[in-house]
Order: sequence, then C-alpha cells, then structure tokens
Amino acid sequence: MRTYKGNKAVKKRRFGAELKRHWQMYLFLLLPVIYVFIFKYLPMAGLVIAFEDYKARTGIFGSPWVGFKWFIKFFESYQFRRVLVNTLLISFYGILAGFPFPIIFALLANCMPDGKVKKTIQGIVTLPHFISTTVMVGIILQIFNINTGLYGIIAQAITGHTPNNILGDPSAFRSLYVWSGIWQNFGWDSIIYTAALAGVDPTYHEAAQLDGANRFQRVIHVDFPTILPTVVIMLILRMGQVMSIGFEKIYLMQNPLNLEASQIISTYVYEVGLSGNGVSNFSLATAIGMFNSIINLLLIVTVNKIANKVGETSLW
Amino acid sequence: MKSENATTRVKYKLTGCDLVFYGISALVIGILTLTVLYIIVYILSASFSSPAALAAGKVVLWPVDFSVDGYKAVFNYSKVWIGYRNTIFYVIAGTVINVSMTLLCAYPMAQKDLYGGKVIMAYFTFTMIFSGGMIPTYILIKKLGIMNTIWSLLLPGAMTIYNMIIARTFIQTNIPGELKDAARIDGCDDFHFFFEVVLPLSKAIIAVLILWYAVGHWNSYMDAFLYLRNNNLYPLQIFLKDVLVSGEFSAEDMMDPETAIALQNMKLLLKYSLIVVSVVPLFFFYPFVQKYFVKGVTIGSVKG
Repeated sequence: MRTYKGNKAVKKRRFGAELKRHWQMYLFLLLPVIYVFIFKYLPMAGLVIAFEDYKARTGIFGSPWVGFKWFIKFFESYQFRRVLVNTLLISFYGILAGFPFPIIFALLANCMPDGKVKKTIQGIVTLPHFISTTVMVGIILQIFNINTGLYGIIAQAITGHTPNNILGDPSAFRSLYVWSGIWQNFGWDSIIYTAALAGVDPTYHEAAQLDGANRFQRVIHVDFPTILPTVVIMLILRMGQVMSIGFEKIYLMQNPLNLEASQIISTYVYEVGLSGNGVSNFSLATAIGMFNSIINLLLIVTVNKIANKVGETSLW
Repeated sequence: MKSENATTRVKYKLTGCDLVFYGISALVIGILTLTVLYIIVYILSASFSSPAALAAGKVVLWPVDFSVDGYKAVFNYSKVWIGYRNTIFYVIAGTVINVSMTLLCAYPMAQKDLYGGKVIMAYFTFTMIFSGGMIPTYILIKKLGIMNTIWSLLLPGAMTIYNMIIARTFIQTNIPGELKDAARIDGCDDFHFFFEVVLPLSKAIIAVLILWYAVGHWNSYMDAFLYLRNNNLYPLQIFLKDVLVSGEFSAEDMMDPETAIALQNMKLLLKYSLIVVSVVPLFFFYPFVQKYFVKGVTIGSVKG
C-alpha cells in the first residue's frame, strides 16, 4: 500500500520534471495534437448522429434519440446486400488479379542487367501512378468510347460494327475498374519488392549456380523466398482493406446504367447523405458509414495481429 | 585460398533453359511496358491531331493531320487558367502546412524517452484505423465556418499520420541519440537542436514529404468536390472532372469567340489536350525526383 502511494507521488513528480525539462518537445506537439483532435476526433464524436434523427435545425444536441433505427433500416433495405456484395466483389477481384502483377514484374525486372534500359523501363511503368483519379477516369471514358475511343476503333475494325457500350455494362464495370487500376499501379507497387530484392545475398546465387540451377530455378528458389516475407505482409495488409475501397474512382466511373454493379458502401453513403438526389438523410448515411468503419477497424486489428505473428512486422 | 577464389569465379554458362527464361521474361516485361507506353503515346498523339481525324477514329498511334488546335482551345478556356492558378496556390500553401506539421510532430515522436510518448503516438495512430467518416466531417467543416473557403482544402488534411510515422522512422535511424546527448551537454536545447541539427540532417526526408504532399494536393478533388461551391476557388481537378467525366463545358468560358464556334467540333480533341496539360507538370518533374519517391517507399517499408 505504502509503495503504491509512493509510486504515485514519484510519478507525479516525474511528470512535472519531464514537462519542465522537455517543455519545448510538448510545445512542438501542441499544434499536431490540436489538429488531430479537431479534424479526426471531433468527427468520431459526431458519429453520435447515427443514433439520432438528426436535423440541421435541431443540431447534434437537440435532435431526438432513436437508437439503432438507422442501422436496422439499412440492414433491412435491399441496398444492404447489394452494396456489401459489390464492395467485396470489387475488392477480391482487385486482390486476385492485381496482387501478383507487381511481384512478377519486380522478379523479372530484377533479372535484367543493371543499366539505362532497366532504369528507363522502371521509370515508365511508375509514371501512371501519378495520374490523378479524375484524369484516369477521363482516360478510361475516352479510350472505351464505342465510337471514337481506341476500343471502339479496334472493335469496329475487327467486327465491322459498333460494339456494345462497355461503359454502361454492369458486368464489365468490375473488370474496367480493376484492370485500369492494375495498369496504373503495378509499376509503383513493384518498388517495394524491388527494394526487397536488393537484399538478396549474391552468394546464394553463386551457390545455386554451382549446383547447376538455371536462372528460372534461381528466381523460384532464391529470389522469391527472399521477398516472401514482404509478399505475405503486403497481402495481409491488403486483406485488411477489403472493405475500404476508395470513393473517388468508383464514384467518377458510375453512371445510371452500371449502378447495379458500381454502387459500393462509400458511394452509397454519399448518395444517401450529400448527393441531393431525394431527401438527404445525414443520420442514415452516418450509420452506414459507421458500420463500414467498424468492420474496417476489426479487419485491420485482426490482420495486424496475424501480421505480427507471421513476420514480426506490424503497422504500429 | 587460391583454389576457392578460382571456383567462385568460374564463368557461368547460359544454358538453353536460361535462354528460354530470359526470352519469356523479356516478352512479359516488354508487353507490360508497352501497354503503359502505348496508352501514354496514344493520348499524346490524339491531343496533337486534327479534330476531324480524331472524331473519325483515324488516330491509332501517331498524330494524324498534326495540329495544336486542342491546345489553343485549352489555353483559351478561362476555367483552365483559374484552375491552374488555384491548384498552384493549394499545392504551395498546403505543402508548406503539411511539411511543417509533419516535422513538428515527427521530431518529438522520434524521442524514445519522451514521457507519455507512447500514449500520444497511440492517440495519433488510432486515427489511421478509425474515422468519423464523410458525413460527420462534412458537418464539422460546416460548423467550423470554413465551408466554401480555401481553408476547407488546407486544414482537414493538414498532416498525414502515415507520413509522420515515416519521418519519425527517418529521424530515429539517421540522427543518433549520442548527437543529442552531446548537444545537450553543450547547452543546446530541444528547440535549437531541431532547427540547427535535425532539419539540416533531414533534407532527404523533407524532399520525400514535399513531393508526396505536393502530388497529393495536385491530384486531389475530393475535398473541393465536397466543400467548395465557388467557381473561383475550384482547383484544376474539379474542372477536369466536369469536362472529362461529366462532359460539361460551356462555350461562354472561351475567351475568344472564334474558338467558341469551332469548339463544338473539338470537344473530343479538347479532352485529350486537357489530359496532357494537366499531367505534363508531374511527368516532367518525375525523372528528376524519382529517387526520392523510391526512397520514401523504402523508408516506409522498414516500418510500414
């Protein structure tokens, strides 16, 4: 008992002394801490409107409490299944199709002799990463225009008539989204694997060569195992994001014709809350967003636990 | 000793299998690179073709009926100038705020012995995994009274926690604790140490931060899309969205009436020219700063 009390006093004195000694450090932190409080934590507190019947007139403190009404409404609506399924389908398609590309590219580029050609190629493939979402979607819309786009020109040259409108086709939406994403990012995403490959011990290659391994066998048995931890961590982290596809690109690629496949959780939040189509319902939109954030939180925490076990690397 | 050297230096002979592998790998890399390159070249060529050739679908690889009409129209489009001006302002002002905040935060967080450091770090990192989301943030911006002002683009993203963690990792690995101890004995306080030792030694990470934040501001449209309703404040990306995605643009915004008439035939060409005009600054600078981007990724992967 006495030691406990003593500890507390010591702690208190220690904090005072630390504050005095390092006050400049805490002063540095003041602005960032206030910024994060206002722009990150206040919106979290604002989640309370998901449990209210929020009206701008009555405000956060004056609107009536309705409990889980909006959550239940969302779960029972036909949109729930649709946006959830769309979100997951786009995510998993993206991972299945997109994940191997940067790895394969990095492994193969690593076999090239160092020099200008290799540098130039690596430079070219990273360029599209810097194209903004608006321009990227603009490019997709131009290229896949059935009359004037490359897609239209080529299809007309082959089949002789104008192809179906791929941009308004729900079944093509996911492919367009995912493959344009791969086109844009495989080069950039390969950088991390290229960096990991730089850590391959050359003596392993020499030993493998002496044992008669050809280049392909060395890629499989020397290079790949070296970057495997990075691959596993990247995959795990990617799995943590399956429910958080960015709003921006999907929203810009949406049109009334493909909505069936392109409405995902984040775009639906916008649709319900801010788009001005019909009555904006801030409370329902916040409830949907909160549902998504909580799933994300659970996923990331789980995934980080797994990553910790697998690779002794973690997010934080 | 001698013989060991000799064995490791044995000249490795390419086998048939190797040749097949190199062939296939060259093919794969070639196809991937050409796909990227082809789309870029196609857009460039389209933007330098004549409106008629483009509309007739004649452009496949190189420009057809070379013309710069598209660019004339783009530079005649007053909104492009407004957008460019605003974007340059947001990039500069935003990046200055971002980099200052990030370094201010990263330096104390890099001190392993800072009292309460772990708690404060958790306070920051928690916001990476949970957020209030779109609507509560929207209400906050409204309540703060910064809706439809430049501050709605500069303040909400004033610091990215991920970038702060990267800067912190950099400071921890590149500025040895002994240096600080030595400085402290010489009577140097945290403040002076930060400005006179940490900042000059952190040039590489500052470059990375500037580039990442600047590109982010250049490309972002989300905040402007949600919080701005004033044409004079719109960044370039909003105009790009209107023209490229929504297909809206009005002849009234052309500063020269002659181009306004011709414009009807040029909508398509204008889009390609606009894509080029908006992307060129980034592509132009990229080769010079590529190594910093790569460096940022590799620092991040140490503790990503």
